[in-house]
Amino acid sequence: MGALALHVPVLALAEPQARSAMAKQHAHLSDEALVALVARGDETALAELYDRVSGIAYGLALRVLRDERLAEDAVQEGFLGVWRTAAAFRAERAKASTWILTLVHRRAVDLVRREERRRAEPLSDDIGAQGTAEGTEEAAWLRFERERVQAALRQLPDVQREALELAYYGGFSQSELADRLGVPLGTIKSRMFAGLARLRELLDDSTHEGSWKPEFTS
Amino acid sequence: MEAGIHELTAGYALDALDPEERAAYELHLAECEHCREELASFWETTAALAVATSGPEPSAALRDRVLEAVRAEPPQNVVPFESRRRRLAPALGAVAAVAAVVALGVGIWASSLSSELDETRAALEQQQATAQILVDPGAQSVGLQTGEGRLVVDPDGRAVLVLDGLAAAPAGKTYEMWIAPGGDIGSANRAGLFPGGDGTAIERVDGTVEPGDVVAVTIEAAGGVDAPTTAPIAASGPV
Repeated sequence: MGALALHVPVLALAEPQARSAMAKQHAHLSDEALVALVARGDETALAELYDRVSGIAYGLALRVLRDERLAEDAVQEGFLGVWRTAAAFRAERAKASTWILTLVHRRAVDLVRREERRRAEPLSDDIGAQGTAEGTEEAAWLRFERERVQAALRQLPDVQREALELAYYGGFSQSELADRLGVPLGTIKSRMFAGLARLRELLDDSTHEGSWKPEFTS
Repeated sequence: MEAGIHELTAGYALDALDPEERAAYELHLAECEHCREELASFWETTAALAVATSGPEPSAALRDRVLEAVRAEPPQNVVPFESRRRRLAPALGAVAAVAAVVALGVGIWASSLSSELDETRAALEQQQATAQILVDPGAQSVGLQTGEGRLVVDPDGRAVLVLDGLAAAPAGKTYEMWIAPGGDIGSANRAGLFPGGDGTAIERVDGTVEPGDVVAVTIEAAGGVDAPTTAPIAASGPV
């Protein structure tokens, strides 16, 4: 850790004109390399990560919170978490984008539970392609990926899909779901585990069927 | 119990655990490589669920706000090891902090084991004791009358206080826990100090909690005091 602590943040030394050039340099780095730079206090690396992941992160937070201001808070707190804990991230264990989405989702769920701002009815598949930058390779990948995940979800038994969607998109805890659905807590836990394990399997299978998956780097 | 806690991996990856179970799971995570691997794999699946959502793009103002907030952070706070080293509080405070880092950064254990073996070992022993209480099927969970959270007491009177959303203690101050016999705060016994901070605090209560006792938390001068001088910011119901 000594090596990390001794590093002077690059930006502190950079002239303003140099900053945009640096951001461009960062465009060629992997998400994981960017996190390593963030761990050394590099703000432009964080900005680049934000530009890559914030679209999905905000869409996720908005889905959970159904409120623009709160969704923005969740995204902001999630990225502050990235900034503060980047040194703890281990690329061999998780993709950086996954880790960031995990942080934002955790904040969104904490907020939705605090605000009690939730819909009573089951969540619909309000998936549309609105808002995404069109024509880019990334947008095409996103459309493909959305369709792939939706298809996998549709193959789950109804009770498992319901448990996953209410938990992940609705922010309901397992005990809240047990109350709401009128089934024992143990049943909810089992459904969630079986559902997530099955979804993982289905997604692995469809990856092998020829998904193409570019990195988020340009 | 073991099979049960492994199964919580899915609920944890979906952020669907209740606070006590989340805390217990994070403590379990520190000592279970199988669950760490399973969790990393489940997180890829939940990230796919995230990608499946869509909506309007975030505003440009949000980008500015995030980057401004980042700039406002002192750079020393960027590296969590820095704050871990600065912290003089004993392992008790480290439990919650370490659990939070486990939650935030996958794989923190590999690095902390090599660089801070002694501190980590002490924290782990403390964690195991705390985890045993939290997941003890015979333990009772008592709601708080003041504050958000739970008090978990095992059949031997060993207790863990779980507090949600507690801010860090003000500068020069500490949180101090008390065991009030029969609920009498005037004859409360000291039960440990902790610094607080982001998220959920999971604190082992020093001493034995008897039926009828109340566990309370006050804000006191750093170092703690022998009897509470302020009104409790958190207090359990009678055990």
